[in-house]
Amino acid sequence: MIHTRQLTRHFVSKKETIEAVRGIDIDVDPGELVAFLGPNGAGKSTTLRMLTTLLPLTSGSAVVAGADVVDDPAGVRSRIGYVGQNNGAGHSFRVRDELVFQGRFYGMNSTDAAARADELLASLDLVPLVKRRVSTLSGGQRRRLDLALGLMHRPPLLFLDEPSTGMDPQNRANLWDHILRLRAEHGTTLVLTTHYLDEADAQAERVLIIDHGTIIADNTAGNLKAELAGDHIMVTIDPSDVQTARAILAESGRDVREAPSRLGVALTARIEQGQQALPRLLHRLDAAGVLVSAADVSVPTLDDVFLSLTGRSLREDVEVAA
Amino acid sequence: MTSLVADTRSVFSREMSLILRDPFSLIFSIVQPLVFLALFGPLLAGSVDPAVLGGASPLQWFVPGVIVMICLFGTSTAGANLLFEISLGSYERVLASPIRRSSILIGRSLKELAPLVVQASLITLVAIPFGFTLYPVHALAGALLLGVFGIGMGAFSNALAIASRKREWMFWAVQQSLLFPLLILSGMMLPLEAGPRWMQIASRFNPLTYIVDAERALFSGTFADRSVPLAILAALITCAVGLWIGVRQVARSTT
Repeated sequence: MIHTRQLTRHFVSKKETIEAVRGIDIDVDPGELVAFLGPNGAGKSTTLRMLTTLLPLTSGSAVVAGADVVDDPAGVRSRIGYVGQNNGAGHSFRVRDELVFQGRFYGMNSTDAAARADELLASLDLVPLVKRRVSTLSGGQRRRLDLALGLMHRPPLLFLDEPSTGMDPQNRANLWDHILRLRAEHGTTLVLTTHYLDEADAQAERVLIIDHGTIIADNTAGNLKAELAGDHIMVTIDPSDVQTARAILAESGRDVREAPSRLGVALTARIEQGQQALPRLLHRLDAAGVLVSAADVSVPTLDDVFLSLTGRSLREDVEVAA
Repeated sequence: MTSLVADTRSVFSREMSLILRDPFSLIFSIVQPLVFLALFGPLLAGSVDPAVLGGASPLQWFVPGVIVMICLFGTSTAGANLLFEISLGSYERVLASPIRRSSILIGRSLKELAPLVVQASLITLVAIPFGFTLYPVHALAGALLLGVFGIGMGAFSNALAIASRKREWMFWAVQQSLLFPLLILSGMMLPLEAGPRWMQIASRFNPLTYIVDAERALFSGTFADRSVPLAILAALITCAVGLWIGVRQVARSTT
């Protein structure tokens, strides 16, 4: 469905060349649900915009839904659906009108477009809103309308750029219910970008982690986390016990790190089967005379995957950008 | 594969839905040129030597000028709507569809020209009882000429909107600072014959001058004026160059 080779995009800003995407190779098979995960500015959206013909390539090649983005952009456009980061529906237009015009933009006749619009309005719970102006819709309603716009011409491949950014958890869950149901019904290939870890973790069958314009990991979320081998364990101790405690942690775990904490010093480590390991560990620390004031164990998340790959937390990047 | 005509019609229909779903907006745009005609017309008749106007009713001279003016105002601001859609994201959605890039520009310009047909007809009809003579075939030819010119102006305006998408104030700054020199130096509102020599020379470099002259010739019932072929040329060049620049801008508009 998607094949790219050395896909590259540079931007020139104030005589400085920014390498937004640096030679990415991607292969996506029909029916896959793939998420591009990465911090803001990693190159996710730039990649998506090249694949959807919205942005010219600096170099490399991409074949999307059987058409080459450089040689046959119109062919790509007619076979893909695209739900962008911003509102796809024009604010001054009426809900149903926008869907019908969208169908006509993809070469459907007015009758077919009207029938398809009504079908999507029903399946996306938008029927009561058909005559409303888009600007009067709530954020969640607008996003469902954007999804309907992307699906008007029944594309075999749908791109979603940050589909649920800015939505509350309830609306996000609702949007995903719709996306997954439509996918189950039509077998649509889905490619999305997200900087939400839990979204990539819960929804995507395959996660491509992008950082600084390159793909640094490509696997299922489960495998990515399993590769880290081990759970995350944390104990908070008095600063005077750091030496002793580090030695004990290093015996059964790895990646021992320390960080200042409100209660003293927080030591973290990766340990196999953390929930069983933690009581034994606490016992040994106690036997060595180390007073533990707090303890915690957590299963790895994609953030841990990102942290181990880059040494940075994805969460921090998101916070800074938000 | 859709045709250029079908694509243009789709874009045009979408834009027109804004007017058709809210016809009230059209009422204001119709009244505006009438007010202009009623307030400016008598002033012009009183302050300009009738010989300069060719001896006929001042309306015969003034009505085509007003029609060119509303065409210029309407199409030169076309980009403002595009700018709004660019800032929201719906324009990007349209770009992701297989619709022809030239159709986006032509369809949008035609939408600005559609109310013009209603406005121009109304002004013309209202002016008849006050001594204006209507030559329907010539007027229709004049409307077609303006249509070609207007598509080009609309394309320029949309190109300007795309160029200023990251600094929206720039659109209005450029549009306003070009609009009034073009307008005044075309003799649209006041005859340039009454002005200094340098203005008359400058007007010869303004494509709009030829359009205005030709519209006046047509509205006074003659095709045999040297301004007519020149105006056709000026309109075609404006249209071709406008679309060429416009399509190039559209291709760059998502970078």
